Amino acid sequence: MSQQTTVHDPRGYPPKVVGKRLAPRLSTLDGKTIYLVDCLFDNTDVFMEQLRQWFVERLPAVNLRTIRPKETWSDDAEMRAAIAADGDGAILGVGL
Amino acid sequence: MGMPRLRQAYTPHPVVDQSAAHLRAYIEGNDAVSGRPFMQEVLEGLTSPLEDADLQGLSFERTTPRLMEPDSEDSLQRLFEENRWTDMLPIIVPTEARVEAMLEGTSHRPDEIVGRLRPTVFREAWEFTVEKVAVNAVMAGARPQYLPVILALAASGMTARSSSTTSFATISIINGPIRSEIAMNSGIGVMGPYNHANATIGRAYGLLSQNLQGGSVPNESYMGSQGNWYAYTAVIPEAEERSPWQPLHVQHGFKPTESVASIFFGGWYTHAGYGPRATWREKMRHALAAVEQYSPPLFVMDPIVARGFVDLGFDTKEKLIAWCADNALLTAREYWDNQSIQLLRPKAVAGVEPYASRLKAQPDEVIKIYEPSDINIVVAGGETQGAWKMISGALRATVSIDAWR
Repeated sequence: MSQQTTVHDPRGYPPKVVGKRLAPRLSTLDGKTIYLVDCLFDNTDVFMEQLRQWFVERLPAVNLRTIRPKETWSDDAEMRAAIAADGDGAILGVGL
Repeated sequence: MGMPRLRQAYTPHPVVDQSAAHLRAYIEGNDAVSGRPFMQEVLEGLTSPLEDADLQGLSFERTTPRLMEPDSEDSLQRLFEENRWTDMLPIIVPTEARVEAMLEGTSHRPDEIVGRLRPTVFREAWEFTVEKVAVNAVMAGARPQYLPVILALAASGMTARSSSTTSFATISIINGPIRSEIAMNSGIGVMGPYNHANATIGRAYGLLSQNLQGGSVPNESYMGSQGNWYAYTAVIPEAEERSPWQPLHVQHGFKPTESVASIFFGGWYTHAGYGPRATWREKMRHALAAVEQYSPPLFVMDPIVARGFVDLGFDTKEKLIAWCADNALLTAREYWDNQSIQLLRPKAVAGVEPYASRLKAQPDEVIKIYEPSDINIVVAGGETQGAWKMISGALRATVSIDAWR
């Protein structure tokens, strides 16, 4: 039998996960205001416009508003407040 | 995030450089993860009733153990590989005795918090101690006397394992007395291989980054499309004693007697040249125009090259850097067509200089693409050739090594 060795775990320490409750879902999208959040990566504006057009063609009763943060990589509190003020929901486009 | 049931839908990668028709096909196609129609996932995410678990959220503590279950060394090597705790080269398994010996390299307590790291800005940051850094230093094959350098790199807050699709790596420059104290090589073969300290410190920075930040797993927390050879190891000392110019750390406000690590984020491109020869200006202009402009140049110049530029009147790094900034030119059209430069457009629209002026330029107008502060020069090499390299690298952190002795 080969010799047994005790070694250290090389990983760091993860932060505590603090649960967040999901917002209530909408019973219908008809007549609702849905924000399309463009994260400002290259070409995401083209993607979000295609997404908007899909809704216009397939679900015209949805009121769509495209919105962008002030800067790439930033958590824009004003943008979030604007969505919360008069939006019923939001689709966040993340990635590139 | 505490929202394990957050509604998500995935298109294929990439979005960048794809036509509107191609992106529309993503939208009308299937979710890249679930295989169900993408828009069905989106619409159900907005309208499907929540369940009890959705309303509760989820809070819990997580931790990692200090020690692992005993096993044979061969099995542990395999386990570390399977857990993706290595760079897939063999490691030195971090036994208690080896880690204890490594900790002799610093006066700091093993349980002292060193810092936090994460693969990118919107991911959670993991915390780590001196002992955890020492564990990864052992794995890389480093010696105890290198530990202050490795701790300084770990404390910088800069990961050497970015998750970016663009495959960033870090390149670190070491200045000050520590270079000779631990026998780093700034001469022949400075960028490798053959020097133990250069090689293992760089490797340790990579391993500690992936393990202490909570992982760097392809297609999960590492998305670099092509990867990066610099990610294996890229730490070199500046040849201060053979340089005609001020050392990098002194340029940034440190004393010559202080030991300092400067961390550059990049590694996208490497141009090479020799001389300076009669056509050096043309060569440099071509190289500067061929950069991936989001990532500015870090020049590594052999002392022969540095002295050659002094002979041409560039008796400080700053003078040569100013020339480079004046001659790093592109048309505005080329500059703004770059996918990464697009990330700067919101700053330009908001009036932040120098981006605002670059955005105001006509498409065919030639613009300067760097400020002098973007460009850096270090001197290193064995003087067997008047060689220079221009490596992509933005200076992101300059940290004291002495603080970790």
